[in-house]
Amino acid sequence: MLQDKDRIFTNLYGAHSPFLEGAKSRGDWDGTKAIMDKGRDWIIDEMKASNLRGRGGAGFPAGIKWSFMPKEPGEKPGYLVVNADEGEPGTCKDRDIIRHDPHKLVEGCLLAGFAMGAVAAYIYIRGEFYREYETLQAAIDEAYEAGLIGENACGSGYKYDIFVHRGMGAYICGEETALIESLEGKKGQPRLKPPFPAACGLYGCPTTVNNVETIAVAPTILRKGGSWFAGMGRENNTGTKVFCISGHVNNPCNVEEEMGIPLKELIEKHAGGVRGGWDNLLGIIPGGSSVPILTKATCDTVLMDFDSLKAEGSGLGTAAVIVMDKSTDIVKAIARLSKFYMHESCGQCTPCREGTGWMSRVMDRLVDGEANIEEIDLLLEVTKQIEGHTICALGDAAAWPIQGLMKNFRPEVERRIVARKLEQGEGASASPEAA
Amino acid sequence: MSDQKEAFVFNDEMEAKAQNYLARYPKDRSASAVMPFLDLAQRQNGGWLSQAGMDYVADRLGLAPIRVYEVATFYSMYKLKPIGKVHVQVCTTTPCWLRGSDDVVGACKDVLGIGMGETTEDGKFSLAEVECLGACVNAPLIQVGDDYYEDLDATSAKALLEAFKRGDEVKPGPQVDRQTSAPVGGAKTLTHVEQG
Repeated sequence: MLQDKDRIFTNLYGAHSPFLEGAKSRGDWDGTKAIMDKGRDWIIDEMKASNLRGRGGAGFPAGIKWSFMPKEPGEKPGYLVVNADEGEPGTCKDRDIIRHDPHKLVEGCLLAGFAMGAVAAYIYIRGEFYREYETLQAAIDEAYEAGLIGENACGSGYKYDIFVHRGMGAYICGEETALIESLEGKKGQPRLKPPFPAACGLYGCPTTVNNVETIAVAPTILRKGGSWFAGMGRENNTGTKVFCISGHVNNPCNVEEEMGIPLKELIEKHAGGVRGGWDNLLGIIPGGSSVPILTKATCDTVLMDFDSLKAEGSGLGTAAVIVMDKSTDIVKAIARLSKFYMHESCGQCTPCREGTGWMSRVMDRLVDGEANIEEIDLLLEVTKQIEGHTICALGDAAAWPIQGLMKNFRPEVERRIVARKLEQGEGASASPEAA
Repeated sequence: MSDQKEAFVFNDEMEAKAQNYLARYPKDRSASAVMPFLDLAQRQNGGWLSQAGMDYVADRLGLAPIRVYEVATFYSMYKLKPIGKVHVQVCTTTPCWLRGSDDVVGACKDVLGIGMGETTEDGKFSLAEVECLGACVNAPLIQVGDDYYEDLDATSAKALLEAFKRGDEVKPGPQVDRQTSAPVGGAKTLTHVEQG
């Protein structure tokens, strides 16, 4: 188990003050100017050495992403945009960072922004997190007051601003270009890429969008060294990660652990185990609602990192572990996710706008077995027609849970259809072939 | 949308906040302030956006009204018709559903005597089903106003709403003995951290 001395978020549960004095006592803002004095290239090299992969779901190496920003200041200013639009079902880690350790994010905004030559950071926080917004804004205000950011950030001579922008309830704004549109005062509908934000992002300026956790771990990495971070976890899957363990466990919780921790160990050590014991496990969605569910057999041994979960046909996503025991109506659990994606589709691309509604309606019928057997393949075919045919990944995210359900629990879906037909007294047409 | 025709102007408190928001964006990018401006208009108007409020925001930011309506209709937190003074939002997405959000929904309907999307006759309470609120390790939960009430079941949800009905204050956060997102029974990590 990861030791407390290697944990980054030492106030994850809010046992202590989130504000400047408390944050400083936990090591935040210690020698920030000295880090900046080492220069942009040093910071980016150190981040590359840490092998930190983005914590928002896609897992792109952060140091490399930062290096895409223009080396020399051009006519247009550069921006860092922090994605705090946390809304992937199962995920609630950024909320804890913001409300309990906001100075890690504020300091991270300065160091990341400095490394990429940005003039300011915009933190886009989901609208429902109003109290979290108040805490974050208070932390930013005291950082200005203390001269840590602003005209002469930390006495470095670098001018840097941090602003917060509140969302107003749209999951799609977690997609980076939708977020930028929203920040510009428009509907949050994703842009076509290219151009990528590093070339043409917020207000048409070079922009890097990073998740809260990615930015908030940066100051500690830069203080302790990239090699410290890279020494934890496994190759290409380094460091620590905040996991959110929800659903049918005895003690749901958030916890910072080492990347690559076995899923079973994570749940048994930190969440009090699966309700009714490990053998009562039905399946786990390991990385937020958008990634395919794993069966118990896979959960027995799988490691919690990007590459291990990818190898099992799922993904680390946001590391939101949604546990389901054997009492779960698995079809209904996935049907509810289909409803979520229908609700959250922005309506821009036809396959997603029409497809998420269509899939949700079929899934609702499958809950009661009110369907024909061949509709399962038709549904899978539709998921394939949506996947990869939309501007952003919401279409894919809506397709994958259904594909995961059919891959791992198809006999249960078929059983319900047959049972329903029997119940309706159509003895002769009860067999799938006759349906 | 309502036909409310009265003029709308930010009061002093909202105007001060509006100026603070405007200062966050480049001078030629004031359109960025449309979301916070609409939120202020909604808060001043008792939790919903009137036509007059939207038109005022458009005028203030020099935007065509349609640009503002587009935003107001896109985001789920803008309400285009009146809601109750106490707006109860129940999360029912899968992580909450797995932990019994159906029971919480039932308790809300029972105590308030209304269904989803409805408002009590006295205009005091309204009830809505919402998508993932992003506090899944404290599921199931409801949002009331700007606060989350977490780790609910039928009994505690009922008690919570009865308290609101009486006008009592209830401490937001977990409604069981628990420190925020730490496991029930106490944190198993961060027990060896020296800090102020």
